[in-house]
Amino acid sequence: MKTMELRVTVNGQPRKWSIGPGDLLLDVLRREGFFGVKRGCEKGECGSCTVLVDGRAVNSCLMFAAKVQGCEVLTIEGLADGDRLDPIQGAFLDHGAAQCGFCTPGMILAAKWLLDKNPHPSEDEVREAMAGVLCRCTGYIKPVEAVLAAAKQPAKRATRKREPAGVAR
Amino acid sequence: MESFAYANPATVEEAVGQLAAQWGEADVLAGGTDLISLMKENLHAPRRVVNIKNIKALEGIRKTAAGLRIGALVTMDELAKSALVLAGYRALAEAAAGIPSPQIRHMGTVGGDLCQRPRCWYYRGGFGLLAMKDGKSLVPEGENKYHAIFGGGPAYFVSASSLGPALVALGAKVKLVSAKGAREVPVAQFFVTPKDGDTREIALRPDEILTEVVVPGAAVKSATYEVRQKTALDWPLATASVALEMNGTTVKSAKIVLGHVAPAPWDSPAAAHSLAGKQVTEATAEAAGKAAVADARPLSQNAYKVTLAKVAVKRALLNAVKG
Ligand code: FES
Ligand code: FES
Repeated sequence: MKTMELRVTVNGQPRKWSIGPGDLLLDVLRREGFFGVKRGCEKGECGSCTVLVDGRAVNSCLMFAAKVQGCEVLTIEGLADGDRLDPIQGAFLDHGAAQCGFCTPGMILAAKWLLDKNPHPSEDEVREAMAGVLCRCTGYIKPVEAVLAAAKQPAKRATRKREPAGVAR
Repeated sequence: MESFAYANPATVEEAVGQLAAQWGEADVLAGGTDLISLMKENLHAPRRVVNIKNIKALEGIRKTAAGLRIGALVTMDELAKSALVLAGYRALAEAAAGIPSPQIRHMGTVGGDLCQRPRCWYYRGGFGLLAMKDGKSLVPEGENKYHAIFGGGPAYFVSASSLGPALVALGAKVKLVSAKGAREVPVAQFFVTPKDGDTREIALRPDEILTEVVVPGAAVKSATYEVRQKTALDWPLATASVALEMNGTTVKSAKIVLGHVAPAPWDSPAAAHSLAGKQVTEATAEAAGKAAVADARPLSQNAYKVTLAKVAVKRALLNAVKG
């Protein structure tokens, strides 16, 4: 297959990857080690593969990697600042909003998209923003509470430290 | 997925130069939400994919003398939130907002919504657009709970377009451009009900690109009402888009178009006629709903859609005069 060069910024770092025209963004990101981008339905129905492209939540399973030429991509790996968790991540921990965790990267990125443009959403707005991510465990109550809490207390949550690697959750 | 060449034209002229005279050679890529699904299932296996996302001329929503001009690359999210659309074309904004996942709204485009292929599970499962076997459609005696209740075959799939019914109700046109020139087609004629498996469900030709939608400027009250099984990501079971030209508090003329009940948006002149000269009340809205489904011929598993369509008409009408 003919290859092409993809220049893209992922989590703030410029990358140069060689890709095929049919490579999906989901596959390329996972191939490059971003395993927080989850492979679920691969049909645009579950939202597990959600990433932000130029700030907007998209399904990476329905996007050719070639489409993000010159764009900024944010995956869950890019959310924490060093060992400081993003307020949304902290709130998900505090509220027990992740169970198996498979949907969690997509949930958190959908929430990040929402809070970046609307820092004080109503519960309805939170539910609408998360409607593209399916969760089979939590029943959505805890994730919605977590996002609302993150919206209320950004300053406090921003100081939360990342859990040491390997801690079972 | 079969391998293909990827073209990145910067202008419409370059883009149409990459298309071919027959289907199957090249496919146009905008948001990709449908094309990539089709390619994954090998339902489309183009040799060339023409990415039109870099063509600036296809972006944006503008007010012009002819009405609202909506570029083919406008996303469903932009459409749902556009102040221009919300101000005079509520049915359209509501139709776009009805797509419940922000991810899909961010990716999906106006042109893609109109050109997407049906979601019929026979088609998606590789049985062909009309699901024919031994000269007979598999649908009437098969799994047909999401299929058409109007039209009477041989096509039983339902048009997947969210915007189609609203655009038909609002009297919109699409602009189709090929290397040979441009033509404008009313959205009502853009959707076609194929009589054989080789015809597409839209009037677009393989060498054309849908570049824009033009919605005439008229003082109408409009609304779209969708019935879905889930509030999260799901396809509608039935929708109704209505546009009302008013004379004070009474309806001067109406346009009532149902969605997801036929292979194309289903215009109901009978329902529209039932409202002429009347106020929109619970009773007249209900009567219009009844008139809209009077000719419905449901299949073995989808009689429930008749009721949903009827109620969608009633609620769309009441919403249109409320706001
Ligand atoms: S894996 Fe992309 S939406 Fe399910
Ligand atoms: S936590 Fe398991 S799917 Fe959401």
